[in-house]
Amino acid sequence: MTWQSLPDWWWPFVFILAAGWLATDIWRFLGVFVGGRIREDSEALVFVRCVATALVAAVIAQLILFPTGELASSPIWLRIGAAAGGFAVYLVAGKRVLIGVAVAEALLVIGLLAL
Amino acid sequence: MRDDPLLKSSFDSGPDDFATRLRWFLRGTLKIFSVPAVLLMSSFVGFAGLAIESDIKLDQTVFMTVVIWALPAKVVLIGAATSGATLPAAALAVALSSVRLMPMVVALLPELQGPRTRRITLLFLSHFVAVTAWVMAMEELHKIPRDLRTSYFAGIGMVLVGANALVVVIVYMLSASFPPIVFAALFMLTPMYFLTSLWRSAREKAGHIAMIAGLVLFPIFHGVAPGYDLLLTGLVGGACAFIFHRIQRNHLEAK
Repeated sequence: MTWQSLPDWWWPFVFILAAGWLATDIWRFLGVFVGGRIREDSEALVFVRCVATALVAAVIAQLILFPTGELASSPIWLRIGAAAGGFAVYLVAGKRVLIGVAVAEALLVIGLLAL
Repeated sequence: MRDDPLLKSSFDSGPDDFATRLRWFLRGTLKIFSVPAVLLMSSFVGFAGLAIESDIKLDQTVFMTVVIWALPAKVVLIGAATSGATLPAAALAVALSSVRLMPMVVALLPELQGPRTRRITLLFLSHFVAVTAWVMAMEELHKIPRDLRTSYFAGIGMVLVGANALVVVIVYMLSASFPPIVFAALFMLTPMYFLTSLWRSAREKAGHIAMIAGLVLFPIFHGVAPGYDLLLTGLVGGACAFIFHRIQRNHLEAK
């Protein structure tokens, strides 16, 4: 049962509802139900945040190391270099998201045009 | 609190008055003109580029935007779908990436609800919780009369979802005329937006450890267990960061 298992038009929507909508809104609804009963600084929540953060970091690595489409044909050192450069400037510039993103994009585009 | 003129006027006209609620709803929708909203829309431009490059159709991408909303969850879902993961594996990966929504909702509730707010209203509004809307709400809600906070937050949430669904449609429509380099640049927006905003929002040092562990462990697990690389990286990387957190805490307590 993968994304491409069934050719029917409705299958991707079922996939999105089951693997996407249910898997996200269940946490939001659970948050409403448990309400004020969980302390923000409890150890269980720290662990939960750690796993969630590592997972999103894994997605970041996946997108940069193994991109799909047009970016896949670019050299890997250019993608890593652009991301690292953007992140370094972001740290130096006082953690401004806009600056970090702009620098990484500029490095990537310059690299792609120069190659 | 009682001297607050906004609160008083809302009592005068009655908080259940439809016109009053509509006015605060519309004030919420004006938050579309703010820096975080513009940043979010630019990362949705990137997300649409990612979806196009992953062969996801326009109606499917708009559907994802409306029913899932949280950007990391959608990116994980597309990653799982294109890598041929099974539905349960995809659901587990998306669920793991979305656990953080629960503590966010828990933290938002005391700000959002009034004494007479119904649970069904909160369940509906909780759907709009994702990083951007949540940050806006935590900053703004305390300035809003308590009885009208739900209307105001509904304004913020619905305009953000609607505007970004529109961004997706526009990118799909314009994409036929984009040169290839634009797609490459658009694709790069999403990881860079996550990288920088996630680093900034990490609450404890363990969050930074978790990020570094995730970035380093992913290529290793991708080589060892391709179908489960995201899940394993999340669990092992998260456990490493949590162990660091415990050692650090015990160290502080021992002092």
